[in-house]
Amino acid sequence: MSDFSRRKLIKAGLAATAGVAGLGVAARIAQKYGLIPPDHGGIYGLGETLTYASHRLLTRHSLAREFPRSQISKPPLANEMPPLKEAYKRLQAGGFVDWRLSVNGMVDRPASFSLAQLKSYPSRSQITQLACEEGWSYIAEWIGVPLSHVLGLVGVHPQARYIVYYSIDPDWWDSIDMADALHPQTFLAYGMNGDELPVGNGGPLRLRLPRQLGYKSVKFITHLTVTDGLKGFGKGLGSAEPEVGYAWYAGI
Amino acid sequence: MARFESVPAPLGNSVPSSALSVPVTKITARHSALVRVTHWITTLCFLALLVSGIEIVISHPRFYWGETGNVLTTPLFRLPIPSSRALVPTGYGYVLPDQNGWSRYLHFEAAWVVVLTGLLYVISILFTGHLRKNLLPRKADLSLRAFSTSIADHLRFKRPSEAEAWSYNVLQRLSYLFVIFVLFPLVIWTGLGMSPAFVSAVPATVTLLGGQQSARTIHFFVSLALVLFLLVHVVMVCIAGFRSRTRGMITGRAGTQMERT
Repeated sequence: MSDFSRRKLIKAGLAATAGVAGLGVAARIAQKYGLIPPDHGGIYGLGETLTYASHRLLTRHSLAREFPRSQISKPPLANEMPPLKEAYKRLQAGGFVDWRLSVNGMVDRPASFSLAQLKSYPSRSQITQLACEEGWSYIAEWIGVPLSHVLGLVGVHPQARYIVYYSIDPDWWDSIDMADALHPQTFLAYGMNGDELPVGNGGPLRLRLPRQLGYKSVKFITHLTVTDGLKGFGKGLGSAEPEVGYAWYAGI
Repeated sequence: MARFESVPAPLGNSVPSSALSVPVTKITARHSALVRVTHWITTLCFLALLVSGIEIVISHPRFYWGETGNVLTTPLFRLPIPSSRALVPTGYGYVLPDQNGWSRYLHFEAAWVVVLTGLLYVISILFTGHLRKNLLPRKADLSLRAFSTSIADHLRFKRPSEAEAWSYNVLQRLSYLFVIFVLFPLVIWTGLGMSPAFVSAVPATVTLLGGQQSARTIHFFVSLALVLFLLVHVVMVCIAGFRSRTRGMITGRAGTQMERT
């Protein structure tokens, strides 16, 4: 081996070592600041992590665009969805008076709220766009109580990092980080365009998250769990979506 | 040796200057390692983006203008293809399987790799002089006569001479510049314009385009333009000599020179 190629080899070795060490340090820092999504494994993990980390750094406090009332889509589109189950139909027949939202996990005061209770809290409204990952979109006025208000009532522990939310169908669940959970536009929505939230749009209660695509705004919400990690929830990927091939983070 | 002497003066500057003083047996690179590596990474990413992009479009093959659009609104135009969603009226009696999950993962991963590769490429061509020497049109190229000669050569599918293999002609330079500095930035911009999170931080990304659906429609047309570029590029490579040109982009060795040594 000539001096020239030996020098090259040593240089390449040093560069590789520095690169691996640098990546390790970067991963540690990213983990510490909550920049690693739960579905960071596998061949798509790199892209997913870059997307989530960059969006978290760029959009922690930014507000989704709001629109004038004249831009509300008429009529609002109700997307196709699986047929409603017996448990839902029973509550629907009773006018949803028995609909409950239970909250547990890392909270001081686990609680269960009726729709009437949720509606008694200061209500907020936003005219925002719901964009589907498929490519279509509509604008509607969403009325509800900010999720942060309900989280304040139950007293979230400081070490909490995610809110896991469930629809009445236990197979349909999702989670968001605290930046999204405490965001002022993240609603537990019960109204739309000045009226009750229609069943087709997720009534009587939908988690509304305007900075992410439509599939994160899960319909028919009945339960929230506050947690510091997502292991133990399903396959540990943060929601039901990665289990069927969809990304946990849907800001793009 | 004779090869270099036969090179006309204006083309001389595109031959690496070191090549002039070394024996012909020492092979100089037609393309630098950086150009070759970034070229093939971009090729792979572009194909991944194209396949995944087509899959995503299949879930809603309708395009709109403005802020919103869905099956209840009038489209700007529709693609005459079946869809992977039952909600979309396509006129076909069947629904294709949903491929959006992996397609979206792959689309954004390939986008990251191609954007970072593109940044590396653009920064380095500014510093190495590749942009100035090989991509910006030469003064002599900018005359009407030079233009018409080049256009006529292309229209006749004339195989470039050996000397020309060492340089880009004016139409080639202009189309590369257009792809690098217009189409790629535009496709990235319109892609980000569809992101509800990104536009919450930088609303101008979408408002300047006239709305989220406009961004999607422009994204589609810019992608079509890039596909058109790819097709023309491959046809031109075939006319110039597929084997030698592809070898040049893989190994860096110019085909004509290889045959001589």
